[in-house]
Amino acid sequence: MDWGTLQKVLGGVNKHSTSIGKIWLTVLFIFRVMILVVAAEKVWGDEQNDFVCNTLQPGCKNVCYDHFFPISHIRLWALQLIFVSTPALLVAMHIAHRRHEKKRQLTSGHKVDIEELNKQKVHIQGPLWWTYTCSIFFRMVFEAVFMYVFYVMYDGYQMPRLLKCSAWPCPNTVDCFVSRPTEKTMFTIFMLSVSGICMLLNMAELCYLVIKLCMKAPRKLATLK
Amino acid sequence: MDWGTLQTILGGVNKHSTSIGKIWLTIMFIFRVMILVVAAEEVWGDEQNDFVCNTLQPGCKNVCYDHFFPISHIRLWALQLIFVSTPALLVAMHVAYRRHENKKQLRKGGQTCEYKDIEEIKLQRFPIQGPLWWTYTSSIFFRMIFESLFMYAFYFMYDGFQMPRLVKCNVWPCPNTVDCFVSRPTEKTVFTIFMIAVSAICILLNVAEFCYLLMKVFLKKSRRAASPRHHPNHETKEESKQNEMNELMSGSCQNTVLGLQNS
Repeated sequence: MDWGTLQKVLGGVNKHSTSIGKIWLTVLFIFRVMILVVAAEKVWGDEQNDFVCNTLQPGCKNVCYDHFFPISHIRLWALQLIFVSTPALLVAMHIAHRRHEKKRQLTSGHKVDIEELNKQKVHIQGPLWWTYTCSIFFRMVFEAVFMYVFYVMYDGYQMPRLLKCSAWPCPNTVDCFVSRPTEKTMFTIFMLSVSGICMLLNMAELCYLVIKLCMKAPRKLATLK
Repeated sequence: MDWGTLQTILGGVNKHSTSIGKIWLTIMFIFRVMILVVAAEEVWGDEQNDFVCNTLQPGCKNVCYDHFFPISHIRLWALQLIFVSTPALLVAMHVAYRRHENKKQLRKGGQTCEYKDIEEIKLQRFPIQGPLWWTYTSSIFFRMIFESLFMYAFYFMYDGFQMPRLVKCNVWPCPNTVDCFVSRPTEKTVFTIFMIAVSAICILLNVAEFCYLLMKVFLKKSRRAASPRHHPNHETKEESKQNEMNELMSGSCQNTVLGLQNS
């Protein structure tokens, strides 16, 4: 189970998404997952090995590293990407449930081409509209929560070069130097910007769905009259 | 999600590319992505471990490394390759949108030949005309912009394309000035120059493709401007000969009629 499997699972949802949803998925996998796997994991690869403290006190480096980096950026991003991707599975489950119901209804009656039923694109209306909109809402909430957690945990988005550590067993105050701070800051800002772009895409999709519904309602009333 | 997946995604775009576009894609994946993964990543693999400074001051090496290498060449190349590949997705999205529209039209029409026609739509290759021409040309334009931006960023960040053997560092906490030695500078210079050269070749291919598409449009327009003087449809030689004969015959008939009338 890795990013490739997640991509396959979400690829199935893609068929039933709006155009904005498809763009969001592409941005997610190319500019976030791929950058994480191909570049960012290597930048943070040596983060503890090359975290150097100006002391000979054993255990001081470990304690200081743990104090300043409670959870590594890489792990937070991996969690963020997984949480942000999973609401789309609500949509996949709803569609699977619908297909299952249709098969049951139709196979009890006359013959039906089940292959066609499987390939059929379901329109985003009725209960599916609510499921889809909820999934977008949860996506936005998760994105915002993780961005906030990053900000609170690391006091902003810049990686400092020097940290002054006074946790026991370090004697008095010890200077500790972070590995590759500039490169890490660049990647943090990059991932944050793409996260912001994804949030904007989600907002746009939500507005599009709401407008679509509002426009359909007056048309229905007009046809009834 | 790795380079293989990106290759699969871009492979789909390949079908709708021009010949130059296909060459560009091949060069991208063989001479850039593959070289990056198979060779360059190992050359830069020990870049921080084997970056050695002539000091016992803890933290000096970290700080000097960070000062001289704000972002590693490998990461810059990975970002460059991703950014340069993504405009092709605009083309893929446009093609997918067109197919979707075609399918919708088919479904509204007859239902008998539906299944076969949808398969044809999936396999259909769209010629680069009309709105697709604009999408394709824009994607080439953005590719060129991204390539140039990254080459400039490289040049600006590392003061040229050569990797120095020795860097003199006086950033705190290093005492006074400290000599720091880079790991594998010659090998890194060779690979940097190689990647820059291939990048330049890719830019040239993009320029060539851009010019080819522009010329194609201008030639079409000039043919259309010239063609209304003659018959609007393209005729075969036989048809045109037949038409000439018909004209001659009708002309001779008219002459005989006129001749009869005159006499």
